[in-house]
Amino acid sequence: MAAEGQPANSLLLAVGQLTKLFGTFAACDGINLDIRPGEIHALLGENGAGKSTLVKMLFGVLAPSSGQIVWQGQPVRITSPSAARKLGIGMVFQHFSLFEALTVAENIALSMDPGVSLARIAKEASDLSHAYGLPLDPHAHVADLSVGERQRIEIVRALLQNPKLIILDEPTSVLTPQEADRLFETLNKLKAEGRSVLYISHRLEEVQRICDRATVLRHGKVTGACDPRQETPSSLARMMVGSDVAHVSAEGTSSKGAVKLEARHLSAVARTPFAVALKNICLKVHAGEVLAIAGVAGNGQGELFDALSGEYPVASDDVILISDKPVGTRGINARRLMGAGFVPEERHGHAAVSALSLSDNLILARSQSDRRAFLGGGPLGLIRQDAVKKAAKRISATMDVRKSGENPPAGSLSGGNLQKFIVGRELDRQPTVLIVNQPTWGVDAGAASRIRQALVDLAKSGSAVLVISQDLDEIFEVATEIAVISEGKLSDIYPASDLSREKIGLLMGGMYGKTETAETAHAH
Amino acid sequence: MRIELERRAGVSKLFSILSPFIALGLTLIFGGIMFMMLGKDPIAALYSFFIEPLTEVWSLHELAIKAAPLILIAVGLSVCYRSNNWNIGAEGQFIMGAIAGSILPVVFYEWQSPLVLPLMMLLGMLGGALFAGIPAFLKAHLNTNEILTSLMLVYVAQLFLDWLVRGPWRNPGGMNFPETRTFDATAILPEMIASGRAHWGFGFAIIAAILVWFMMRYTLKGFEITVLGQSQRAGRFAGFSSRKMIWFSMLLSGALAGLAGIAEVSGAIQQLRPVISPGYGFTAIIVAFLGRLNPLGIVVAGLVLALTYLGGEAVQVSLQISDKPIRVFQGLLLFFVLSCDTLIHYKIRMMWYDLSETAGKGTR
Repeated sequence: MAAEGQPANSLLLAVGQLTKLFGTFAACDGINLDIRPGEIHALLGENGAGKSTLVKMLFGVLAPSSGQIVWQGQPVRITSPSAARKLGIGMVFQHFSLFEALTVAENIALSMDPGVSLARIAKEASDLSHAYGLPLDPHAHVADLSVGERQRIEIVRALLQNPKLIILDEPTSVLTPQEADRLFETLNKLKAEGRSVLYISHRLEEVQRICDRATVLRHGKVTGACDPRQETPSSLARMMVGSDVAHVSAEGTSSKGAVKLEARHLSAVARTPFAVALKNICLKVHAGEVLAIAGVAGNGQGELFDALSGEYPVASDDVILISDKPVGTRGINARRLMGAGFVPEERHGHAAVSALSLSDNLILARSQSDRRAFLGGGPLGLIRQDAVKKAAKRISATMDVRKSGENPPAGSLSGGNLQKFIVGRELDRQPTVLIVNQPTWGVDAGAASRIRQALVDLAKSGSAVLVISQDLDEIFEVATEIAVISEGKLSDIYPASDLSREKIGLLMGGMYGKTETAETAHAH
Repeated sequence: MRIELERRAGVSKLFSILSPFIALGLTLIFGGIMFMMLGKDPIAALYSFFIEPLTEVWSLHELAIKAAPLILIAVGLSVCYRSNNWNIGAEGQFIMGAIAGSILPVVFYEWQSPLVLPLMMLLGMLGGALFAGIPAFLKAHLNTNEILTSLMLVYVAQLFLDWLVRGPWRNPGGMNFPETRTFDATAILPEMIASGRAHWGFGFAIIAAILVWFMMRYTLKGFEITVLGQSQRAGRFAGFSSRKMIWFSMLLSGALAGLAGIAEVSGAIQQLRPVISPGYGFTAIIVAFLGRLNPLGIVVAGLVLALTYLGGEAVQVSLQISDKPIRVFQGLLLFFVLSCDTLIHYKIRMMWYDLSETAGKGTR
């Protein structure tokens, strides 16, 4: 099943009847896939469709249960990532495998042959990153880099091996249009050099834009092999999801109520040398409104979230107000008690603890706000497991969280399902203010549309919603108002209908055409 | 060929329970082989190592005496380690607890009252906690590495004790031996039961283990410890303070180590000497991990390690061998327990063929 009418040896990679069983569960079930030299090949599918399992087998992380992999006409067994690299396969994972305490160059050195000097690696990495338009400082510490920059390291690391096939797992989920455009240029450059790209995504527009062929997976099986340019987004989506994806409707969210969340000239110094300082941020979110904050990765989104959530309270009380009460110096639980809910960007190790069960992860966010329901025994603080489990079950049912078992560890859920749980955990309280950072990054289309609709519905029911996102499609789907953050400064807030992508692009570059807001004028 | 550990999809409940027993069995087999190679009868050796100490009442008491400090310290350490604070200095906190608790019977030896003993225990806990407070402060406010500071403070405590018993606290009627005066009867921790020497230190250990087990399993505080140990960031999201947790876990483990110290001195030694611990504070680290950082597991692990100490002494006497094989034996036990536990979570994957060769065939 190598290829239609092509001699097998002209293919770079041919996968035949590849199957991976976990116990009796087939994560990949008889997958056929072939990649020609010099093509960008899309692998489409929802989370849990088997995309990751498939590429892990191609990259030697998992051993196939059966089936064969033919590389340049020769059947091969890829038994480890280093074997894959030797063959000429490079991989950029969705969850980056980087050591945060090490520098960019040191991280790259880890995947290279030992014996190459660090200085040379730094030099090569720097040259290569500039040649492909992905500039990187090889001496920066990974911990201080944004998600977008971390991805560049992974790409450069893969490119340094001079691969014939490079696999990218959901690469644009962390990028802005401009960053994504730059990545596409890089990919086209790679293609022009005769390299092949296996491009995993669920963003149909970009697949149609850059990919030559597509293979669609659902429930571990190939449900379609096509030329994406001959298809419509909805026909692709149908192959992926098996049914039509619900359209997010933002109607009915424009009615302005009272101000529920306000920041007045919020400034915060950078906590680490590479973090972004917040500079004089003013914003207001009214009840019934969704304010979306767009921006390129690493422009202060995380810092803004930290300040607004109270994970890192600020020095003065009256720069942040929730329902007109000053809360700047209060901690996150005090703010939760005033009706606020928070969803941070990183799922694993921030919004949730992977090793703990879903019910424990529910307590994580709500031990104080739902103290009466979840805790007993007065000062002892006994956790009422049955009440918590019941609530976790309710949330899973409401948000359609698909999981194995009654109360599995958070780490066993797919990204989309865990995110649905994390968002549902807050929605379940009916918060009057919800602050969400990157609500759907790395989440499949079905889950993303569900989460977005839930945010819109929350605003409709009279809450104030603040969405920080790098995904412009998402922003235009949910926002009633839009502002842009750049280098720790926030632009004016515009009604969503007044902004185009181009205008946002300019604002992202810091071109404000700044008109001082009324409040700013008063203060001076 | 290459060997890799591959994470298992699920953890077998049955083998989680069986694993310590399998480890014990393997230790017995390989320990027996070792004794055989030494030219001793393995059955007799294993008997006097593992069984004989359990056959007589007096040696059961000795077992409890040895196990008590190990369990007390390890229970405190488990809280530290679960919350990702690496207190390695329990030995020092043990000694400082012993010193602080001995202030009453050594300096104020004329005061005799039923209050003396409880006050001694409290002072012991306070001394241990304050001494653990030093690395806690350094970590919480100056971001130093607590592994180094707590470990180095052990030597400070040891030398401080040495100086005390040779200098200011030396027994004036003690023929110049480096010892303090022996404690008054009111300052001696009584036996738990009439049949032997085992003092209330063992009772404290069991009570502490049960309380900490309860805290870890049922309370929000236990949850906080687990969360902060897994991810500081998630802990912050939950509104937990990792700085407060440094203080809490270090002070708690310091207090328990201090209590172990004063209980040992008051119950078993009954005076201060230059050396009051055969390394309980360090062995307790092993006990904590053998017990999988679970307080109830730690009780069992503490008893098992105390047994290897006793059995070791017994074999030295009965078989006339040095204490080196005994250390090997303890090492075997640790090795098998840890590897059995590892194999519950991981399976071994052998890769038989040469990778470079396969890869080469593919490209050429």
